[in-house]
Amino acid sequence: MFSGVIQIFTDFGHWILLMRQALQRPERWSMYWKETVRQMYDIGIGSLIIVALISIFMGAVAAVQFAYQLSGQLIPIWYIGYIVRDLAILESAPTITCLVLAGKVGSNMAAELGGMRQKEHIDAMEIMGVNTAGYLIMPKIIAAVVVIPLLVFVSAFVAMIGGFLASVPTGVMTAAEYSRGLLAFYEPYNIFIMSVKSVVFAFILTAVATYQGFNVKIGSIELGKASTQAVVVSNILILLADYIIALLMTA
Amino acid sequence: MAFGQSQILKGISARFERGKTNLIIGQSGAGKTVLLKVLVGLLKPVEGKVLYDGQDVTYLTHKELRTVRMSVGMLFQGSALFDFMTVEENIRFPLDMFTNWTRKEKLDRVNYCLERVNLEQVNEKFPSEVSGGMQKRVGIARSIVLKPKFLFCDEPNSGLDPKTSMLIDDLIQSITRENNITTVINTHDMNSVMEIGENIILLHNGEIAWQGSASEVLDSKNDYLQEFIFASPFLQRLRKAALDQGLSGKV
Repeated sequence: MFSGVIQIFTDFGHWILLMRQALQRPERWSMYWKETVRQMYDIGIGSLIIVALISIFMGAVAAVQFAYQLSGQLIPIWYIGYIVRDLAILESAPTITCLVLAGKVGSNMAAELGGMRQKEHIDAMEIMGVNTAGYLIMPKIIAAVVVIPLLVFVSAFVAMIGGFLASVPTGVMTAAEYSRGLLAFYEPYNIFIMSVKSVVFAFILTAVATYQGFNVKIGSIELGKASTQAVVVSNILILLADYIIALLMTA
Repeated sequence: MAFGQSQILKGISARFERGKTNLIIGQSGAGKTVLLKVLVGLLKPVEGKVLYDGQDVTYLTHKELRTVRMSVGMLFQGSALFDFMTVEENIRFPLDMFTNWTRKEKLDRVNYCLERVNLEQVNEKFPSEVSGGMQKRVGIARSIVLKPKFLFCDEPNSGLDPKTSMLIDDLIQSITRENNITTVINTHDMNSVMEIGENIILLHNGEIAWQGSASEVLDSKNDYLQEFIFASPFLQRLRKAALDQGLSGKV
């Protein structure tokens, strides 16, 4: 237990040092920009389908389950649209999307950097004089912090479509009732909360994954371990951050 | 040099000469790779100094070390070619990162380096699409693209057939002489030792057990050197025959 706590502080200290090194002035901006665009494409386009798929089901399931819970009660049925919208904006789109992306993008980044470390690619760059922490980590963090919030917006939108598909064609309610729910009690501040969450979660998942991958040891078991560790640690930190943001922004 | 309580290198004092192929040889676990990593600054020694042309580079910061590394080229055991880049992009990478050359100037330099290592028509291929020997040659081309003053090679012959291995040795030696580079090769290939060893350092248990040139190997009275170089019964018979016939120098 005690050694575990020591390890957490040691890792945090190493992470701070790594970030300090990563934040140094780039040797050549154009190369960093090129790498950032490549990462944006990989994260954004590469994750669009999975994000759309999970979001459509998230919205659909929310609609079906709330329809079940509201049946026979005095609450109007159009409330389902309102619940699906706020659930998507406040929780499911930023949190569930980022948890899924921690599994997809985070583990991929940890494996990519871990593979580069094991195949001496990082040493090769280091010997060329490249600031490896800067060139390999910063573009990933910047790309994630820009692209993941966009994916979260897409997720929220698609979740609302999912809710519509699960409730309107099935006869639970009419399209007019669903859209009435979607437009009811709209609070623009919730979009701000969603944006803050998605930026923070994007930073957490890339910072954890790149740290795990960058410091991987020799051996295929280590690579798998780093990848798993990246997902587990970032999931825990995302949920912790979710709670803290909810507490601070909605109190 | 030590890892925790275990001391890897002890009392190493060596001078690597310009324009010559300097070899570090020794059994597996003798400390060759650790010494090479200390020389290129990937590992910091517990005590002692590493001097490049009289400049102490041992405890330079990351940023200061990067400037020194612009004059260093390194060929890795597994070539360490970036597998998401083509051969041309791999060789051009240091130029893209550190020079303001035009696209044409870069391409000319890449093609010159490829010609220098006797490779043609491979610009657009990925590292996985060329043979192990070709990967080594691409690695050499990449390591000389910035016209380094120091070239380090970690086991350049590992995994290669004898003919390709000799080709790589010849290439390294001719490039060293042509450009008056200080080349340090870490090897346990006995053919390389006898063919291109102009200044050889034999490591044993982290210490220098013998130092000399290939022409001095046969006549040396150092038992460990003889045991190491002529380890196989075939080479032992060859050495005996050479000595019986009054031959000395290169076998």
